Amino acid sequence: MTQTTTNSETTAVDNGVNVEALLGAREALDATPEAARFTWRSTCEWLNGTHCRSTVSGFFGLGEEQKRDKNFTVEADHPEVFASEDNAATPVELVLSGLASCLTAGIAAVAQHRGIQLHSVTATIEGDMDLQGILGIDSDVRNGFNAIRVTFDIDADASKDDIKALVAQSQKRSAVFDIVTNPTNVFVEVS
Amino acid sequence: MKRVTTVIIGAGQSGLAMSRHLADRSIDHVLLDRGEVANSWRTERWDSLRLLTPNWQSRLPGYAYEGGDPDGYMTMPEVIRFLDRYAEQIAAPVESNTNVVSVRPCDGGYTVSTDRGDWHCRSLVLATGACNVACEPKCAQDVPGGVSTTTPMQYRNPGQLQDGGVLIVGASATGVQLASEIHRSGRQVTLAVGEHVRVPRTYRGRDIKRWMDAAGVLDMRYEEVDDISRARRVPSLQLAGSPDRATLDLNALSAAGIELVGRLAGIQDGRAQFSGALGNQCALADLKMNRLLDTIDDWAHANGMSGEIDAPHRFDPTAVSANPRLGLDLTSGGIGTIIWATGYRPDYSWLDVPVFDRKGRLRHDGGVVDAPGMYVMGLPFLRRRKSSLIDGAGDDARDLAEHLCASHNRAAA
Repeated sequence: MTQTTTNSETTAVDNGVNVEALLGAREALDATPEAARFTWRSTCEWLNGTHCRSTVSGFFGLGEEQKRDKNFTVEADHPEVFASEDNAATPVELVLSGLASCLTAGIAAVAQHRGIQLHSVTATIEGDMDLQGILGIDSDVRNGFNAIRVTFDIDADASKDDIKALVAQSQKRSAVFDIVTNPTNVFVEVS
Repeated sequence: MKRVTTVIIGAGQSGLAMSRHLADRSIDHVLLDRGEVANSWRTERWDSLRLLTPNWQSRLPGYAYEGGDPDGYMTMPEVIRFLDRYAEQIAAPVESNTNVVSVRPCDGGYTVSTDRGDWHCRSLVLATGACNVACEPKCAQDVPGGVSTTTPMQYRNPGQLQDGGVLIVGASATGVQLASEIHRSGRQVTLAVGEHVRVPRTYRGRDIKRWMDAAGVLDMRYEEVDDISRARRVPSLQLAGSPDRATLDLNALSAAGIELVGRLAGIQDGRAQFSGALGNQCALADLKMNRLLDTIDDWAHANGMSGEIDAPHRFDPTAVSANPRLGLDLTSGGIGTIIWATGYRPDYSWLDVPVFDRKGRLRHDGGVVDAPGMYVMGLPFLRRRKSSLIDGAGDDARDLAEHLCASHNRAAA
């Protein structure tokens, strides 16, 4: 566990992140690059209207199929202003939640590695969208977000600049941040 | 076949510093260079380039700048004269215009084959530098016809470029200097900015290199760094060696009218796509710069300088437009040229010895290569943060010459 010294009293920083295990994995995967190749999956089933349920379970990594003890489900729908039943969050809200979750998890990991104790972290995220895009009204308007804004409110035993550096480093290493800021080839087929 | 104890490949600052240290230890050696002394400085640099380090920092074992402008920055002809004079002063045994074709292990050492005969040596110093080849991103192959591409190795001046705007990919020392020069020539310049290291040219009235030197930042050793493979990949400082000592950061470039965009993420259907992470790249660089300035302030305070120099201050954060461009049509004629300022790498294609990792990088420990009697010099953070500077060649050469000498003595005992 990383140790920091404050007022001559030694306290263990504990953000609930096992940094030693992460660093060990980094070293192991540097030596065996093929084990670092992962494939993530989700199965999405249409329920009714715009209501869907995705199920997430196994994934591929460390050179083999990885099974979990349980399945996770995530539902999505659209609100009543879209003439939908509002059974669940919209897919774009799930994307925002995915980005905020990824950045927040990264902050905890980086803070642990840097010996910074976190007390609370809250991300508020919003994305602007012009519906003229998805409704096909104006072809100059894109379907997706015009911009995404994330605001972090962090209480931690660190200076303001150290907290800003945590947030910046988390973005630098975030998978979802990369996914939303850089293009990705997407292949969709019908079986 | 000619025989010599040590062959040094490359007669730039690293090879010459090593030659001096081997001569001091009476180790017979030869320097092979494909051209003349300082060949890369002679043939692979753009016209206006000046050293990024001030004149006082051009120091080699037993030799230093002695002119009247210690805070100036040498032009390329001045660098060449500086190294030429050093080679004369130490009577370096340089075999010029000798192209190394291959190096192979052989009994008791290495066979170095050149286009002017073969050499057998017990030990070998690779002093060919870190910048033999300009790196290009994978998407370089997707640039549409009609747009010409070039690298800083070929670029000499704006007059060479075809008409139209210029997209410069990469905003480290090379990218910012070319962006500034090409923009001043009257062209539209777009600069794609990925990870970069922002530093001011001067701080509290002194050159940033003066501070980094004084505070021991440049002497930091490779064993002291948490993640040395990361430290070796850090891009070059965003610096220029201009006579007016101006800071050439992204704010200066934006103010001049250069458009900043995110890292080039790809080219699809003739359209360049830029990352949406420009803001974070700039925030990372601003925070990192401020940590360096904190180190400098602490050092100045600890050394009782606070009263006699300018007060500490911080520079404006990098201003990023509210809505940086995410794409650029390369087929409309707006962009005539793309310059890949995306870094350099060494070329060891002639080195026929299994000393490479899976990414093609030399396996070495502080310049001691993972093969008996083989050494490398001049790579970023090889042994110290200053290893790739002219000023870093001397200390690294001394350490490695000592190692070389000790292993020869062990073999002889």
